[in-house]
Amino acid sequence: MYVAVKGGERAIAAAHELLARRGRGDRAVPALESDQVRDQLGVLVSRVMNEGSLYDPDLAARAIVQAQGDALEAVTLLRTYRTTLPRYGATVALDTAGLPSERRVSATFKDLPGGQQLGATFDYTHRLLTDAADDEPAGEGLGTGLRPARPAEAPAAADGHLDARMPRISDLLGAEALLEEHVPSPGDPEPADLTREPTIFPMSRAERLQALARGDEGFLLSLGYSTQRGYGRTHPFVGEVRVGEVEVEFVAPETGEALPIGRIEVTECQMVNQFVGDAVTPPQFTRGYGLAFGRAERKAMSMSLVDRALRADEFGERRVGPAQDEEFVLAHSDAVEATGFVEHLKLPHYVDFQAELVLIRQLRAVHRQRDRAGHETTAGDRVGQSDSIGGTP
Amino acid sequence: MTLPRIEYNHAYLDEQTKRTIRRALLKAVAIPGFQVPFASREVPMPRGWGTGGVQVTAAVIGAGDTLKVIDQGADDTTNAVSIRRFFERVAGAATTTDTGEATVIQTRHRIPETPLAEGQIMVYQVPIPEPLRFLEPRETETRRMHALQDYGLIYVKLYEDIARFGRIATTYAYPVIVNGRYLMDPSPTPSFDNPKLHRSPALHLYGAGREKRIYAVPPYTDVESLGFEDHPFEPQRFSQPCAICGSTGVYLDEVVLDDRGGAMYVCSDTDHCERTAAAPAAAAAAAAERAPSRRAGAYERAHSTRMHTFDEQEGAHA
Repeated sequence: MYVAVKGGERAIAAAHELLARRGRGDRAVPALESDQVRDQLGVLVSRVMNEGSLYDPDLAARAIVQAQGDALEAVTLLRTYRTTLPRYGATVALDTAGLPSERRVSATFKDLPGGQQLGATFDYTHRLLTDAADDEPAGEGLGTGLRPARPAEAPAAADGHLDARMPRISDLLGAEALLEEHVPSPGDPEPADLTREPTIFPMSRAERLQALARGDEGFLLSLGYSTQRGYGRTHPFVGEVRVGEVEVEFVAPETGEALPIGRIEVTECQMVNQFVGDAVTPPQFTRGYGLAFGRAERKAMSMSLVDRALRADEFGERRVGPAQDEEFVLAHSDAVEATGFVEHLKLPHYVDFQAELVLIRQLRAVHRQRDRAGHETTAGDRVGQSDSIGGTP
Repeated sequence: MTLPRIEYNHAYLDEQTKRTIRRALLKAVAIPGFQVPFASREVPMPRGWGTGGVQVTAAVIGAGDTLKVIDQGADDTTNAVSIRRFFERVAGAATTTDTGEATVIQTRHRIPETPLAEGQIMVYQVPIPEPLRFLEPRETETRRMHALQDYGLIYVKLYEDIARFGRIATTYAYPVIVNGRYLMDPSPTPSFDNPKLHRSPALHLYGAGREKRIYAVPPYTDVESLGFEDHPFEPQRFSQPCAICGSTGVYLDEVVLDDRGGAMYVCSDTDHCERTAAAPAAAAAAAAERAPSRRAGAYERAHSTRMHTFDEQEGAHA
C-alpha cells in the first residue's frame, strides 16, 4: 500500500526495458531500419520534420523508429536534439518560382503559364485497401498505383519537360493588382526565431507563420475546416499548391555572397481569399500562405487557411471564430506542448488532491451541521435530502 | 549513409542558452513576482513535466552544488527520480534526499518541512504561471492588468468563493502578493506551504517551460497570501499526526487502506518523515543490534511497528 504508491528507480528501469521489448516486437521479424522509414514512409517523415522544425530526413526517420511510430514522440526527440544545435543565421528567402515543381496545381485557372502538373499525389487514387502485391503495375488493377511499375519511371516525370519557369499564381494576379501585394514588414527585418526568443503576443506575421509551421497538422486542419463552415469565413480558393525541391542559399559572412548550401523539398500553398477594399483602396483579393517541409499538402493548405483567418484585424474583419483568435490558435497549436500538458495529468497530484479533500470534507461537515439544525427547527420535513454541497468547486 | 554523431553539452543546455536563462533569472530577482518571458528550450522531458524547472536548475547548478529533487514532497516519486537521474547523467551532479544538505532543490507541488536556510535555492516546476489565467484567458490582457496592478478580479473570485461556500475555496496555487506589488502564483503547492515563502532566507525560482515564463521570490521578501479582514487566509490543518513518524504541523498524504473508508495519514515530505522516524528509532535499534542504514530500514521498520512508533513519537512532537 504506502510503499506501492511511490515509484522508484527500479520500476522506471523495468518499464523502459519492457517498452524496448514491446517496440522491437517479434524478433523473428527483421528490425526496422531508419533508411527504410526515410524512403518508404516519406509523408510521416515530412510531418515529423515540420513539427520538429528541422529539415533532416535521416534524423527524423531515426526519431520515428526510436519513438515506435508515435509521431509526437518523434517530433519531441527531434526538437530536443535541434535545440542544442548552434544557429548560424537566416538563409536567403527561398525562390519557389524559379525551380521546376514535381507537383503544381491551381484551382483558380484552368491553364496557366507553366501548366498544371499532377505529380505524386494520393488525389484520384481509389482508397481501396489492397494486397501489397509487388507486381501490380502502376495505374492498373484497382488503380491505387502506389507501387511504381519500374522504379525509374516516377522520377523521370519530374525532371522538366515543363517550362522551367513556373510563375506563382499570386504573381500573375498581382500583376493586375487584383491580389494584395506581398510586402515585407517595414525595414525588412530579419525574421524573429520563435525557438530562440520569448513569445509575446501579439506576434508578427513571420512569427505566426513559424508557429503554424511547427503546429500540429490535425489541429490546424480542424481550425481551417472550421473557417470553411462559417466560424470566420474567408472564401478561399487554392491559387496554387506546389511541391518541389528548392535550393537553399546562405550568405556566408566571410564571402559576403549567397552560396548554395543544399536543396530541400517543400510544399507551398498560396490561398486566394475574399477581397477587401474601401473608399480609398479598390477591392483586392487577399491571401493566406502555407509552407511546409517535404510532402505535406494537407499541412500547407490548413496553414494557409489559418494564416488568412488570423489576419482578421488587418482587414477590419469581425472576429467570430476561434481560428481568428491569435492567442487561442498559437497558444494551442503546438502539439508537443499540448500532449505534454495533457499527459502530465498522469503524474501524481496527491498533494493538491489532498488539499481539495480536506476542504470538501470541511464544507460537507458545515453543511451537515446546518442540515441538522434545519431538521430541529422544521421538525423533520427535510428528511432524505442529500448532504451534497450542491456545487462543485 | 553516414549519420552525424549526436553529442550533448555538459548539463545538456548549451552555454549561450544558460546565459539567456540566467539573464531572465536576474531580471526576475530584480522584480520580485514579475513574470519574465524567456525563450524556453526543449529539454528531454515532455512539456508539463518540469521542463521549466529543469532549465532553471540547468542554468544555476554548478560543480559545487548538491541537488535534491522532490515531487509531491517525495524524493522517490517517479518523475523526481527521473529528473534527478537526468542531472546525475548530464551534469554529473551530486544528489541528495536530505533537505539540509541540498544547495538546489527542484520541486513540484511542495516546499520541504525542514526550514530552508540562506544560500539554498528552491526551483519550482510551474504549470500555469499566470494567477489571473482562469479569470482572464488572454495574455495581452493579464499583462496589462499586472502593469496597472489591476487585481480587483482575483478579490472578486475569492469573494464569490465565500458567498458560495462560506469560505475561500482555493486550496493550492493560492495567490500571493509579492513585495507589496505583483500578484503571483506560488505554483500548485498547497496553501499550507504559503507561509513558508514569507521572508524565507532561501532564493525561490519559478520556471514555467511550456508557458515560457520565469519569476522569483528573492530571500527575505514579503509574501502575503490574499484574504479579507473578516475572512483571512487560512492554510490547511490536519487534526492527526503522521502515522509513521508522529510529526504534527506537517502536510499529510492520505493513504487509503481499504474500501470501507479506512485511511492512514503520513508525511508528504519523505525526507522529513524518514529522518524524524529514524532518529529515536535508530537509537533504540542500535541498543538491540547493529543500526541498519537510514534508507534501508526507516520505512519498513516504521511500517511494521507503526502504532508503536506513533505512540513513542507523540509526546516528542506535540
